[in-house]
Amino acid sequence: MLWVKIKRGIKSGLISFLRNGYVSLAAILIMVITLFMISGIIFAKATFESTLDVVKNKVDINIYFIPEAPEDDIIAIKKQIENLPEVSKVDYISRQDVLDNFKTAHADDETNLQALQELPDNPFGARLNIKAKEPSQYAGVATFLENQHLLSKDGIPIVEKVNYQKNKLVIDRLSNFINSADRIGYFLTLLFIIVSIAITFNTIRLAIFISKDEIAVMKLVGASNRYIRWPFVVSGVVYGFLSALIVLILLYPITFWLGPKTQDFFAGMNVFKYYASNFGQIFLILMSSGIFIGAISSYLAVRKHLKV
Amino acid sequence: MIYFDKVSKIYPDGSTALEDVSFTIEPEEFVSIVGHSGAGKTTLIKMLLAEEKPSSGGVFFESVDVHDLKNKEINNLRRRIGTVFQDFKLLPHKTAYENIAFAMEVAGKTEEEIAADVPHVLDLVDLGDKMLNFPHQLSGGEKQRVAIARAIVNHPDIVIADEPTGNLDPVNTQDVIRLLKKINDLGTTVILTTHNKGVIDSLGKRVVTIEKGKVVRDDKKGHYIL
Repeated sequence: MLWVKIKRGIKSGLISFLRNGYVSLAAILIMVITLFMISGIIFAKATFESTLDVVKNKVDINIYFIPEAPEDDIIAIKKQIENLPEVSKVDYISRQDVLDNFKTAHADDETNLQALQELPDNPFGARLNIKAKEPSQYAGVATFLENQHLLSKDGIPIVEKVNYQKNKLVIDRLSNFINSADRIGYFLTLLFIIVSIAITFNTIRLAIFISKDEIAVMKLVGASNRYIRWPFVVSGVVYGFLSALIVLILLYPITFWLGPKTQDFFAGMNVFKYYASNFGQIFLILMSSGIFIGAISSYLAVRKHLKV
Repeated sequence: MIYFDKVSKIYPDGSTALEDVSFTIEPEEFVSIVGHSGAGKTTLIKMLLAEEKPSSGGVFFESVDVHDLKNKEINNLRRRIGTVFQDFKLLPHKTAYENIAFAMEVAGKTEEEIAADVPHVLDLVDLGDKMLNFPHQLSGGEKQRVAIARAIVNHPDIVIADEPTGNLDPVNTQDVIRLLKKINDLGTTVILTTHNKGVIDSLGKRVVTIEKGKVVRDDKKGHYIL
């Protein structure tokens, strides 16, 4: 009997979906917009995060050593810093590397290159570039460097300067920005999703409002509330399923078109590649939110008309 | 079988729809309830279907007060009562066949029973050839006959016809009344509300007259007197 009821519910839900053509179309269009908003948020978040990652990677602390500093001492210091839990990477740039970099950077600058040639020795000291795991951890690393008097084995100071103080302001701002951007992002996501669910709910409610006389008739021939509700919930699920399908299909050409543009603008993030490589996840998110919103909206909207 | 016990209905705004109405309907009886529009006929019917609650008094169906029933039991009660309305109340997105099948599905009938009974009952109301038409493709008389077919398909104990001929021309009116009589002859209790004098006079059955919410007359072989 239960199976017969379920079967009848599904059948009559599908039939009423087809016979109420325009209403179904309107509900699907609204849901397509809702799901586009959700997928827009997914892409925006991914783009945002990858851009922040790129920016985060550009922040570092540099330790400049005096030219006379022995290489062994610098390597020893490097090892010491690498042992800090906050540090993700330490790069050693030798004196020769710094000189080569300078020459490449000033290849067109004759005066500078000539001045360099006049000098008897390589005037540059070696450098250590330190990257922390999180921007907020730079302060901790810097404090460590300040407390630790980085000396050579012979007890001579070999550090010329640590440029953290100069970067500090930028780093602080960036950590603040990232924190608040994250918070605003979550808030906006939540807000958009609530708004779009409300719109969808209202559309489905209108669609069901049209059927309110029908519901009254069903009640009069003795149909139970559950029996009346089933077909509407099935219709809602079909709305959600079809809308998700439409959005998934449309996203393909849209991201394909946007991909190269976003790649130029957002430091290497290509939305098309992102869509292709995360298709399974996006498919699941859109399908489940579509079906969930459709079913819940229908369920709640019918409830209002069941009191006869 | 049905007993209205001192039923009153007073709306929150103070207007009185029914006042101290008491009468009994026996099994297999054909009762017409007559009165002007607004006399309280429809309110009485709605109380029997547990659509509206009386302010005081009780409505008994086989010695159970229908207003003590739970939701589920109300659904069961409604499956034992076939209803026909002035505005037909057919489901617009279902064909004549599906409208009748729906009432059977609701009552938990199997697909085989539905496939066997629906064409039969449509033949009975002379609409065997229109079973795949939607309500908007049917005339008023045809719609009302579909509604009657729906009302009787589950073999109810009672058929309630609330102004069934209100929207019909005289020929269709006679058809509908003839069908109701036939249903009654086959052993089903019929309650008919109407303000059509011709219908009442030709029936020659019991007539309960309601005026301003009160029963003013109850004749065994009544005529339409107001």
